[in-house]
Amino acid sequence: MKYLEDRKYVIQAIFIAIGAVYLIKLFFIQVLDDSYKTAAENNAMRRIIQYPFRGLVYDRDGKLLVENTPVYDLMVVPKEAREIDTLKFCRLVDITLEEYREKIKAAKTYSYVKSSPFLQRLTNHEFAAIQDNLVDFPGFYINARTVRGYPHQSLSHALGYIGEISPRQLEDTSYRGYRQGDYLGVSGLERQYEKFLMGKRGVKFRMVNVNGIEKGAFKDGAYDTLSVAGQNLVSTIDLELQKYAEKMMEGKVGSIVAIEPKTGEVLTLVSAPYYDPSLLTGKELGNNYMKLLNDPVKPLFNRPLMATYPPGSIFKLAQALIAMQEGTLTPNTGYPCNWSLVKCSHRHAHPSNLGIAIEQSCNPYFYQVFRSVVNKGRSRNVYQDAKLGLDIWNNHIKSFGFASQLGIDLPNEKRGLMPNAAFYDKIYGANGWKFPTIYSVSIGQGETGVTPLQMANFAAILANRGFYYTPHIVRSVGEKGKPLPEYSVKHYTSVDPKHFPPVVEGMQRVVESGTARYARLNHIGVVLAGKTGTVQNPHGKDHSVFIAFAPKDDPKIAIAVYVENAGSGAIAAAPMASLIVEKYLTDTITTANRKRWEADMISGAFYKWGN
Amino acid sequence: MRNTFNITRNIDWITIGIYALMVTIGWINIYAAVYNPEEVKSMFDFSLNSGKQLFWIGTSGIIIVILFVIDYKAYDSLAYVIYWFVILVLLGTLLLASPIKGSRSWLVITETIRLQPAEFAKFATALAVSKFMSSINLQQQNWKDQAKLAALTLLPPAIIILQNETGSALVFAAFTLAFFREGMSPLILIIGAAGVAIFILTLIIPQWYLTGIFTVLMGAYLWFNFYKVKRYLFSFIGVWAVIVAMIFSVNYFIEEVLQTHQQNRIKVLVDPEIDPQGVGWNVRQSKIAIGSGGFQGKGFLEGTQTKFNFVPEQSTDFIFCTVGEEHGWIGSLILISLFVGLLLRIVFIAERQRSVFGRTYGYCVASIIFFHFLVNIGMTIGLAPVVGIPLPFFSYGGSSLWSFTILLFILLAIDAHRKLDLRR
Repeated sequence: MKYLEDRKYVIQAIFIAIGAVYLIKLFFIQVLDDSYKTAAENNAMRRIIQYPFRGLVYDRDGKLLVENTPVYDLMVVPKEAREIDTLKFCRLVDITLEEYREKIKAAKTYSYVKSSPFLQRLTNHEFAAIQDNLVDFPGFYINARTVRGYPHQSLSHALGYIGEISPRQLEDTSYRGYRQGDYLGVSGLERQYEKFLMGKRGVKFRMVNVNGIEKGAFKDGAYDTLSVAGQNLVSTIDLELQKYAEKMMEGKVGSIVAIEPKTGEVLTLVSAPYYDPSLLTGKELGNNYMKLLNDPVKPLFNRPLMATYPPGSIFKLAQALIAMQEGTLTPNTGYPCNWSLVKCSHRHAHPSNLGIAIEQSCNPYFYQVFRSVVNKGRSRNVYQDAKLGLDIWNNHIKSFGFASQLGIDLPNEKRGLMPNAAFYDKIYGANGWKFPTIYSVSIGQGETGVTPLQMANFAAILANRGFYYTPHIVRSVGEKGKPLPEYSVKHYTSVDPKHFPPVVEGMQRVVESGTARYARLNHIGVVLAGKTGTVQNPHGKDHSVFIAFAPKDDPKIAIAVYVENAGSGAIAAAPMASLIVEKYLTDTITTANRKRWEADMISGAFYKWGN
Repeated sequence: MRNTFNITRNIDWITIGIYALMVTIGWINIYAAVYNPEEVKSMFDFSLNSGKQLFWIGTSGIIIVILFVIDYKAYDSLAYVIYWFVILVLLGTLLLASPIKGSRSWLVITETIRLQPAEFAKFATALAVSKFMSSINLQQQNWKDQAKLAALTLLPPAIIILQNETGSALVFAAFTLAFFREGMSPLILIIGAAGVAIFILTLIIPQWYLTGIFTVLMGAYLWFNFYKVKRYLFSFIGVWAVIVAMIFSVNYFIEEVLQTHQQNRIKVLVDPEIDPQGVGWNVRQSKIAIGSGGFQGKGFLEGTQTKFNFVPEQSTDFIFCTVGEEHGWIGSLILISLFVGLLLRIVFIAERQRSVFGRTYGYCVASIIFFHFLVNIGMTIGLAPVVGIPLPFFSYGGSSLWSFTILLFILLAIDAHRKLDLRR
């Protein structure tokens, strides 16, 4: 039987072998393979992001522009909501049994044991009604969160909106730190000042059990961080003025930009048509956005910054300044109103000096002024001469902030266009063009593109007699913050300040006896300096333009008004600008006459006004 | 008095030491498995499994004393009586007990104290088999004796299967190891192993391919070794036929006989993605718990996976997860060493018995404990199908602890008297 006794070795070997195999396998999964540790953490550790309050935005007088409003979502955990009185519940939240079943099914599809929204964005009234009775319905609870709220309906374009981070942004490294489902500024201030407004997110580490139910802090919260609320912004916007200007633009297409010339602070930034900023908050954001996007009048288009128009006659002021700097024009230079060069807007005497020319907005005069700069005789070759002259002119005009981004603290600012020699070479070929080819630039038509913001900034340059501060819409970050340093730099134009007074005199004449008599503010003792423009529009009625500043000798406001298809500058843009200036300077519109104008402007009854 | 003195001197204290260590470590880990950091309760709290386990451990101590006090010859002489008594209880449970989790296998004594007679069938069968073995010679190929032995071994698992406790029934396969020691042809073990291999292959390879592969391989062998094989041609063809039959019957068995959840328990071995909500999830979570323990473990009561219910049945069948997670590879090494040590010690004890009865019984004990160890640890690390059988001396549960205690201590009682036994 000896050989049978030897079988004990076989059996012992089997025992030892299995023990060894198990220990080796365990060594692999416990010591060599790290993936199980990661899986365990994913299982039982939950990172809970603590969302900070997003910063608020105030106007220059401390009125709230953007706030956080609480919204209430009714949440459900399907597993816990099994045994409720469904009928009673449906009556409470005012839905049909059908809807209830659908919603529960949707929630179950997401998760049986985790909570998901059952009804989103309850009104305060609904919230109050449901809240008290919710104890009878286990599995349902209210989740409060905040969305952006607006105590008014103004300034939608400049404020912008916040939205969920897009998949493309999530892949972008410049958005590191954001997670799926996070909200961030998509446009306007919300986007520009995102890093200040967003605050700092906190994180809590919680241990959870298999059903995702919290089981207390991990390591007693040693790794938790607190959230820090976002910083508030103080805007330069004057909410009252903004509202007034928006009312002016009701039912119209165009822009109004008002700037405080002494600081570059933007007082008013209207893009018409506008929309209620609260449309782009919360769960209806997507739908409303698509509606706005598909609207033929393009309410989402931020015209003051993104629309580039030919400036029209207001450009004549710049032509005069550049010509004086180039020494080809003096305040006393006269030119004939020669209709063979270019048609004039109306019959008038030959302007004997610059002031009259500006007052009459004489097209042939400024044709000749621009020609004097371009064809200064730098070369005998007329083509060469025009090239050299235009490039010198182009350098001057760019110093006014045209054809480049001014650098306002809002996204998507357009540069606009001011032609130079290379530009025309490309179109007509070298030596393919000379002054007569490009003459329409002299009166702000042709190959020119200027944004309403650039027009307003131009008005501010005239108000300041030769310099500007970069227009900006945020005065400080934090209520007691200092003004932002990048906006306290004076930018001088290449035109000597001494050349500005004659042009300003001309602007005063425009209002007193020229095209913009409707803009006079004599009744409040204020001298307003302005210039109208009527921009030819090949697609329809002319665009009405007006730039101005006031009071002339101590400018407090510079303004540009651009109303599409409203006719001449005199009958729409000029009276609107003057009303806005009056409102800004005196807080009210005084005379009955002016009140009547106001009503006409708002209703768009420009036709009563002449032509 | 003199007799008692003798017994204590001859008791195998090494085995008792390993037993005590296992039960204590098990108890501590049961506490860790049910520990809830939000509602800390004492280890002795009777509302916790750890508190109840302490009761089972205490009563096991009483059982041990009784087992030593009983005349050792009774185990031999009453073997059949015990066996048939347990069979009767099994049948009674099957017919009378109300089902708990779909299984008619529980004898409810009080709300918290329930017994599972199937657990006790193990030692009863071990006694009966050993008794029968001591009366026959397995080598002599007496088919009548072999059939009786097979019937004796297969009757309890048959009833247990009817009780819907397939896991416990499978344990009886372990007896083949004891039979092997007593002279059963190794061919049966080899065929069994081959069967398992084919079984696993059919899970991985579709049956027609597998048949093709075997046919081609064996055909090629026949082609090149025709003159050698010629004499055994029929046996050779027979082997081929048996293999093909096995392939098809295994497939039939898995697809048609087994219930879906049983199929998945087997299929999950080769495809962890199967049934991700059910058994696949269990195996994955179990591996995550053990794997996340690392070399040293997370520390006593620091395990997150077992504590927060990611692992099912943590204090019973999946108790090893707690050991693996909180005590790491070192803990696993100690636990496995204890088991291998215990098994080797039992083999040693079995071999020093002078009676066939004692030796066979010893091997039966080793085989049963080994089978539990093999399947229980194997399922937690994904090397064995998920079969709901406990880890001896570790898992929570009165029936399990009592039955393993009885199983082991009958052997120790017999062993303590080995010098009085003069038969050889």
